[in-house]
Amino acid sequence: MEHSMAHKHVVILSALFLGFASSCLAAGSEVHIEDVSFSFEGPFGTFDQQQLQRGLVVYQEVCAACHGLRYVPFRTLGDEGGVGLSANAVKAFASNFEIFDAELDDFRPAIPTDHFPENDSVGAPDLSLMTKARAGFHGPAGTGLAQLLRGSGGPEYLASILVNYTGEEKEEAGSILYENTAFSGGWLSMAPPLSDGLVEYADGSPNSAHDLAMDVTAFLTWAAEPKMMVRKRMGLTAVALLILLSVLLYLTNKRLWAPIKNQRET
Amino acid sequence: MAGIPHDRYEPKSGMERWLHRRLPIVSLLYDTLMIPTPRNLNWMWIWGIVLTFCLVHQIVTGIVLAMHYTPHADMAFASIEHIMRNVNSGWALRYLHTNGASLFFLAAYFHLFRGLYYGSYKEPREITWIIGMLIYVLMMATAFMGYVLPWGQMSFWAATVISGLFGAIPGIGDTIQTWLLGGPAVDNATLNRFFSLHYLLPFVIAGLVVVHIWAFHTTGNNNPTGVEVRRTSRAEVDRDTVPFWPYFVIKDLFALAVILTVFFAIIGFMPNYFGHPDNYIEANPLATPEHIVPEWYFLPFYAILRAFTSDVWIVQLTSFITGGIIGAKFFGVIAMFGSIFVMILVPWLDTSYVRSGRYRPMFKWWFALLVLDFIVLTWAGSRPAEGIYAIIALAGAAYWFIFFLIVLPILGVLEKPLKQPKTIEEDFRAHYPAVKDTATLSR
Repeated sequence: MEHSMAHKHVVILSALFLGFASSCLAAGSEVHIEDVSFSFEGPFGTFDQQQLQRGLVVYQEVCAACHGLRYVPFRTLGDEGGVGLSANAVKAFASNFEIFDAELDDFRPAIPTDHFPENDSVGAPDLSLMTKARAGFHGPAGTGLAQLLRGSGGPEYLASILVNYTGEEKEEAGSILYENTAFSGGWLSMAPPLSDGLVEYADGSPNSAHDLAMDVTAFLTWAAEPKMMVRKRMGLTAVALLILLSVLLYLTNKRLWAPIKNQRET
Repeated sequence: MAGIPHDRYEPKSGMERWLHRRLPIVSLLYDTLMIPTPRNLNWMWIWGIVLTFCLVHQIVTGIVLAMHYTPHADMAFASIEHIMRNVNSGWALRYLHTNGASLFFLAAYFHLFRGLYYGSYKEPREITWIIGMLIYVLMMATAFMGYVLPWGQMSFWAATVISGLFGAIPGIGDTIQTWLLGGPAVDNATLNRFFSLHYLLPFVIAGLVVVHIWAFHTTGNNNPTGVEVRRTSRAEVDRDTVPFWPYFVIKDLFALAVILTVFFAIIGFMPNYFGHPDNYIEANPLATPEHIVPEWYFLPFYAILRAFTSDVWIVQLTSFITGGIIGAKFFGVIAMFGSIFVMILVPWLDTSYVRSGRYRPMFKWWFALLVLDFIVLTWAGSRPAEGIYAIIALAGAAYWFIFFLIVLPILGVLEKPLKQPKTIEEDFRAHYPAVKDTATLSR
């Protein structure tokens, strides 16, 4: 009885700790982030390669004007479990970007081993890690328990902020701010970046502002966590093997202790 | 090793005798593994193995990570991304290491509260307890410095806030803070020394772990009854205990496997759950994050640090008596370190002659409240220190000290303990009655 009691306490306490652990994620004023659904969510979720390729186009045609992607090497666009471009496509894509080469002391077209260029022309943040550097879900009561089921909400936050403009503008200290319901504080210096049909996909995929936001968010989630697929596969293998090991050790332990627990009276 | 009589290593072959005369290392390992262990240990006694695993795991993953990491203010953040993207399985190593710290502290808290409940700190195990608390303090230092290494926003600002604690010491604070940081503010010199110490301290911890184990192998394990193993004869010892190998090794490994299942699920499916998003933004001394919070395992003490503001009467009284030398900030620092120090003193603060909380009807409730208090403080530490959160944090901090400084000493006098079993065997047989004849055995 004592054993099962102690065990129950352990389970309850573990759950509490897990919950409170990420309570620190809650910060600032609460904004509501809609829990949109992505293909890469959950233990079995995978990146949608077509979507990542569309998102890459959106990044290139829209975001790259102001934002950099400094930690992402072009060559990784060819990696399996990601955007999955062919070697030639990677080479062709990279050459669209100009890179400053310290040895030449001049700009030259990028090659696959280069990284995406930095860009702080207007002081916009780098997007390499953006979906991991933001969280959308903090509740309930700042405990962060929601993240156990819904994930951090970083991608949801990004997708929301791209389309949640109210259309209101105001001028403050010489710059224009745009009202956005997903942004903590409500007013953002980024002008609404997406509109319906802004980017035309070669394959004619739907391109409403919402579609574009979802696609580029998927791409940026890959950019922030390019090893997500291999990570989940490792997780599933490890969990399966450890469950097997636990069962074997449970049976071993049970058998080992049987003579001790059922000792005969002396 | 002194203590409970048990099986000793006997060198049999010529080779064994040869080695044994020169270096009795096999004997040391054998006697350690065969140590008689109370047979009634429950599942709260598995955390020691989990902690040992964590230490080895952190050292191994840490050493490999250090091969790829660059401790320089301009390159540290990029080198972490290099590990995450370019190093073979570097992402796995890093997630194992960062989440390993969380598992380490989770296990340490279970281990610590188990010790508190079952009176594992009481005579003659005071040294074991104090070594354990020293390990815990070193763990906190190591984890704190490790958190600075990725050089993210939270790394930088946590280092700034925590080193500021030393700056609160009256008179010499600024000098000490500058000396610790290697300059007037957190910068490259700070990062370098934190890297050096983060690499060093785990080995100091490993040394203390050996002493910790040595100490409780000398006194023998405590157990859920708190009743000592009878040690007048081998026969009695055998009725109270079983050898650590294989009985508890297998039991503990089973528990470890279950815990690692959850651990690897976190690595695989939610490796950033315990981290802070802001730490994926490179450190920027010019931009203070909206809300600076430490890692979850520091939150209870962070809550105590912030709880004592200048409007609390005890702070005002202290400030008045000391002529303003101990202001609110320094009071908070004293309270935070004090909250750990009272735990170190617990062998002498607890006046009850009964070891196990199981036989202490009043202590049980106060203890449950302490565990709840710890959880509430963890939560309060994560919230902004204002409004209702500040009040909750203050109440939580107050109870922490009330429990250790008032409740524990008084309970020993007031409480009427329940009847304890005479022997461990009696307790064990109460759970697993002896079988009368072979017919029931085969059932």
